[in-house]
Amino acid sequence: MVSTALSGPRPRTSRSWTNRLLGRQPIGLLFGAPYAVFIAIVFAYPLGLAVWMSFHDYFFTAPGVSVPRPFVGFDNYRAVLGDSAVRQAFLNVLVFLAINVPLTVVLSLVLATALNAAVPLRTFFRVAYYVPYVTASVAVVAVWLFLFSSTGLINRSLGSLAPSPSWLINEHWAMPSIAVFVSWKQLGFFILLYLAALQNVPKELYESATVDGASRWRAFLSVTVPGVRPATTLVVLLAIITGANLFTEPYLLTGGGGPDGKSASPVLLIYQRGIQQNHPDNAAAIGVLLVLGVLLIAGIQQLLERRAAR
Amino acid sequence: MRSAAVIAVSAALVMGTTAACGSDSGGSSGNTKARGPIKIWYSNNAQEVAWGNQVVAAWNSAHPKEKVSAQQIPAGKSSEEVIGAAITAGSEPCLIYNTSPASVPTFEKQGGLVALDSFKDGTSYIESRTGSKADQYKSPDGKYYQLPWKSNPVMIFYNKKEFAKAGISTTQPPLSTYADFLATAQKVVSSGGAKYAIYPAPSSQFFQSWFDFYPLYAAASGGKQLVENGKATFDSAAGKAVAGFWRQMYVKNLAGKETYNGDSFADGTAAMAIVGPWAISVYKGKVDWGVVPVPTAQGSSGDTAPTFSDAKNVAMYASCKNRATAWDFMKFSTSKAQDGKLLDLTGQMPLRQGLEQAYPAYFSANPAYKTFAAEAGHVVEVPNVPSSIDVWQAFRDAWTKSVIFGKEDPNQALSEAATKINQLVSQS
Repeated sequence: MVSTALSGPRPRTSRSWTNRLLGRQPIGLLFGAPYAVFIAIVFAYPLGLAVWMSFHDYFFTAPGVSVPRPFVGFDNYRAVLGDSAVRQAFLNVLVFLAINVPLTVVLSLVLATALNAAVPLRTFFRVAYYVPYVTASVAVVAVWLFLFSSTGLINRSLGSLAPSPSWLINEHWAMPSIAVFVSWKQLGFFILLYLAALQNVPKELYESATVDGASRWRAFLSVTVPGVRPATTLVVLLAIITGANLFTEPYLLTGGGGPDGKSASPVLLIYQRGIQQNHPDNAAAIGVLLVLGVLLIAGIQQLLERRAAR
Repeated sequence: MRSAAVIAVSAALVMGTTAACGSDSGGSSGNTKARGPIKIWYSNNAQEVAWGNQVVAAWNSAHPKEKVSAQQIPAGKSSEEVIGAAITAGSEPCLIYNTSPASVPTFEKQGGLVALDSFKDGTSYIESRTGSKADQYKSPDGKYYQLPWKSNPVMIFYNKKEFAKAGISTTQPPLSTYADFLATAQKVVSSGGAKYAIYPAPSSQFFQSWFDFYPLYAAASGGKQLVENGKATFDSAAGKAVAGFWRQMYVKNLAGKETYNGDSFADGTAAMAIVGPWAISVYKGKVDWGVVPVPTAQGSSGDTAPTFSDAKNVAMYASCKNRATAWDFMKFSTSKAQDGKLLDLTGQMPLRQGLEQAYPAYFSANPAYKTFAAEAGHVVEVPNVPSSIDVWQAFRDAWTKSVIFGKEDPNQALSEAATKINQLVSQS
């Protein structure tokens, strides 16, 4: 009876209300709070501000300067979508993602699988792939400028097969060259992700595959690829997000998005419009469109992945 | 429930953002009679740092109660962006000795500049020091928001060693007309003296046209600015001739189209450079150079042909409290004595009338600089128009597309750019 009274309906309702609001371990909120505050200040507030700016006539002013900032509806969006340079930049970044994301996934998975095996000089190769990732883009860009110039090593090796004009000033090759550069530069990070994921693929599955007579290639396709699927999801998402934020490479490698804007990226235009020309309202509209675009692509990717997993 | 809490917090953040954005008002104050310590920024190259250090030391020893603390302009992609961000944050110093005239309209729109006319002797000081050339630095409202400080008249530097190798005169090289220039460029490249004749940056940054199109256009048009009386001036015979000349340079592969990492002239990749006297210290010990005015279709008229100024000016910024001290320091640092020190330490030309007569000893000791001094009296500035950066970006986009990469007829591109620029100027 006592037990029944203690577990009566009233106290249980009260506990479940606090449970539902704060969770079973409220102290967890305390531990999570610093990161939540960080996210709020560094991401949520600027995002909210960007959305607000994109619907207003806004420019940067000195503190205390009072200027009207009227609501302009979708004017900023109309302006940027009516601008051929902006449309070109979004197209460019799609080309970039179409090359960079698959290249990143395939190369990093294949190389991680190779590095996971007992190969000679394994540590050396792991470090070698990681070095470009931690090297400043400015320094690496200088090397690539040298390699891909009209008289650089690549063109000399290719001889008459080298494109004319050369890679970085060729309207068809500039963006693919940047995509390859970024894939190479970031490969080390994604290889690390896959290496971590590969540790969780049970060895027994490979043994079973071998017993069943599967070749190495079949084992890779039927055991490794499904085994690292969560890591692949992460790699694809990160590659899309970092790719959509492309800035340094077109700024440095192709002299500000050249030739003729064929390697300009939306973030490069955000920088030009927002910082150089003091039109943060237009820049914010481009930024919001970019966020929506990334969410859309990531959503489609998730959808396709879930279907494939069924 | 927790989802609801998350949504509520997010909504509060967005509302907070909106409220914060909507409440941006107030008023910057400044007293033109206030005195006390001030801060200044100057450029970060070694020569200007040396000049800055000595001028601050000289001032501080004579004005212990109005100390000036100085620092190099903080690092950034460009000083204009650093200054723009500092204005927005209210963290800019009183004076910046690296203010680009092209950015003045933007800083003005931000409410970041102090009109120097607000000082009793503001206008008279500027105009007596710089003369009639000061007019170019007046804003559309008729006020001076910048003190014209120094110019770097853009000219053609040539590498004497590479010219000699190609059998070209090193004292009177034929570079005066477009035809001469093209022939000389062809000769120096064919001889293997250098990979390219000249290598102005082919990139899309808005300011790059100041170092290919604009100096030649100033010379060809008799000193016209890019925009005058609210209209683009370059959709003209002079503008088209300049575009045609550069197009030939690119078609014949005499000018580089790829991003170059370094100084192509100092490295010997290009036999010529189009730059001002600030670069002399960079070339010292690396290149035996000569200098000539930029070419024109009919032949340039010596060192009195107009060219681009590549000036940097001094401006007083809105957050400055002790403005009387700042104005006095501005005058002290642009006095005849300090201009002489600037010339001596940096080789850059103070925007002061009668330069050669003011510093005869310097020019007799440094005859190579005489030609720059002569040019300094004929420099053309960027137009002081609202949306100045947008204007230059529109021009640059048309230039790279047509003249550098040949994707459009240069004449057509200039016409389209002129229409776009006219719209930009009229809308702002």
